[in-house]
Amino acid sequence: MSLPSDLKSNFPLLSQTINGHQIVYLDSAASSQKPDVVIEAMNNYYRTINANVHRGAYQIAAEATEAMEQARAKLATFIGAPSANEIVFTKNATESFNLIARSWGGQNLGPNDVVLISDMEHHANIVPWQILSAEKGFELRWIPLTPDGHLDLSQLDRLLNGVKMVSITAMSNVLGTLNPIREIADKAHSVGALMAVDGSQYVPHLPTNVVELGADLLCFTGHKMCGPTGIGVLWGRAEVLDAMPPFLGGGEMILDVRRDGFTPNELPHKFEAGTPPIAEIIGLGAAVDFLSSLGMSDVRQHEIDLTDYALRALTDRYGEEITIHGPSNASERGGVLSIQYRDVHPHDLSQVLDQRGICVRAGHHCAKPLMRELGVGATARASLYVYNDKSDVDALTESLAPAGELFAL
Amino acid sequence: MAGLEDLYKEIIIDHYRNPRNRGELDSPPAHKTEGFNPLCGDEVLLTFALKGEIIEELLISGQGCSISQASASMMSAAVQGKSIGEVRDLTRQFKAMMSIHEESIGADDPPPGDGHAFELGDLEALKGVVKFPVRIKCATLSWNTLLTGLDELEV
Repeated sequence: MSLPSDLKSNFPLLSQTINGHQIVYLDSAASSQKPDVVIEAMNNYYRTINANVHRGAYQIAAEATEAMEQARAKLATFIGAPSANEIVFTKNATESFNLIARSWGGQNLGPNDVVLISDMEHHANIVPWQILSAEKGFELRWIPLTPDGHLDLSQLDRLLNGVKMVSITAMSNVLGTLNPIREIADKAHSVGALMAVDGSQYVPHLPTNVVELGADLLCFTGHKMCGPTGIGVLWGRAEVLDAMPPFLGGGEMILDVRRDGFTPNELPHKFEAGTPPIAEIIGLGAAVDFLSSLGMSDVRQHEIDLTDYALRALTDRYGEEITIHGPSNASERGGVLSIQYRDVHPHDLSQVLDQRGICVRAGHHCAKPLMRELGVGATARASLYVYNDKSDVDALTESLAPAGELFAL
Repeated sequence: MAGLEDLYKEIIIDHYRNPRNRGELDSPPAHKTEGFNPLCGDEVLLTFALKGEIIEELLISGQGCSISQASASMMSAAVQGKSIGEVRDLTRQFKAMMSIHEESIGADDPPPGDGHAFELGDLEALKGVVKFPVRIKCATLSWNTLLTGLDELEV
C-alpha cells in the first residue's frame, strides 16, 4: 500500500503560489499543514456546538463535551494507550515536559538524584529540567552521541547509576535519528527509573504504541501531526499520573474546594486546569482520524521512500559539497534533513529557497547543545511529511546550486 | 514583492566575502562584548580599544549569515576613530534605517549622543533589509552588541 498521490489536494494551503512558484513546504518538523477535515472540524465546532465543556447540562454543552472526549479516546487508540483517562491535554509538548518536571520532579527529585537526557534533545526536554535542577540540586546527565548521529549507549549502564528519570526523544528533530526507546526503557526500569519519551517528531510519522515502547510518559504536540496549534498531549501510565500532584491549579482540576484546601479531580482532569482549548482538541481528533485513514504504516513507508530518494538525490548531485547530518540509512531515521551546503549560511540558503517558494527552516532548531556537538551554529533543515512528493525534493535539489553561486566564499 | 537583489547588494556580498577588521584584541586591556541572535544561532564577539572617548580599534569575530557578517564588517569600518557619543548617534541612525526608532537605545538611561548626522556610506546598502523583517535582527546584531559593550563601560 502507498499513500494517495493526490494528497496535496486535501491541504488548502499547499495550492497557493509564493513569489510566483507553487509552494514547496518542507518544514513539517516545525509545524505541519492542516487538511480540510481538520479546519472544517474546528469551524463546525464554533458554528454549531460552541459551549464550555464538563459544565452545562444543555444540549450543545453536552455535545461539545462528547466531541472533546471522543477526541481523547481517538488519541488513546492512536498511541496504543490502555485508557483514554491517561491522555492529558496540554498546550504543547513543551508544557507536557514542564508538567512532568514540575509535578513528578518536584515531588521526587532531590540533591542526590539524577535525570538522564541526551545530547540530541530539544530545548523542551532540557530547560524544564535545568530550571528544576537549580531549585532541587539534582544532577542532569547527558547521553553522548556517536559520530554518525546515534545515541552512544556503550556506557549506558554506568550513566544510569543513581538515575530516577530517563527522558529521551524517540526521534531527533535535527538528525532524524530514531532511538531505541524500548532498549533504553528496559534498562531504565531495571534500575527503578521512569522512562519519559519526547514523541513530538515520532508520533506524527510512525505507528506508535506506548506499551511496546516501554514508556511511562510520552509528550507530543498536535500541530506537527496535521492538527492545530495550542494543543499538546501528555500520556502517562495511570499509576504514574495518579501518584503525581496537580500541576496548574484552578477550575476543572478539582473535585472539591474548601477554605482549608482542595481535593484534586480524577485523571485526566486533575491536570487540566481551566477551560481547555476545545476547538483545538476536536481539531486534533480530526487529525488523528485523517492519519488513521492513511494508515501510519503507509505514512512511515512513504517517508522512508521519500527520505531515501532525497538522500540519494542530494548526495548524487552535490557529493562532497553537501553534508546531511544524521544516519545515512533512511530506515534508521525520519524525514528530517539537516543540511550544510558548501559554506553557505543556512539563513542565506533559506532566503534563496524562499524566493523559489521553498519553505525550509534555518537555525538551531531549539537544540543548541546538539549544534555545539555538531560544531555548527545553525543548519538548514528540510523535513518531509505525508503531502510531500518527489517533485518537492527535486525543487530543493535544484535550488541549492544557485545559492552556492551567490554565497559560497 | 521584494526580490533577492534588494537584499543582497554587491557591496554586502563583498563585505561578507572579505570581512574587514576580523580578529580579537587582547582583553584586557581591550573591552570585550558578545552578542547572540537566538533565532538563528548567530554569534558576534567584539573587542575594542578606547583612547579616551575615541574608539581607536575594533575587531570582530564570531559567525553568522551574510547580512549579520556584512553589517558587522561595515560597522567596524564606520566606528573606528569615532567618539562614544558619535557611535551612539550613528547606531541610532542605522537602527532608524532598519525602522527601529527608539527614544533611548542601549541602557535604561544612556548618555545622550552628540546629535550628529552621519553619511551612512556603505551602510546604505543594508537599507533593503527592511523589506525582509526576519533579517533585521541579523543586520542589527553587531550594533546592539556594541551598544551593550558601551553601556557596560558606563557602569
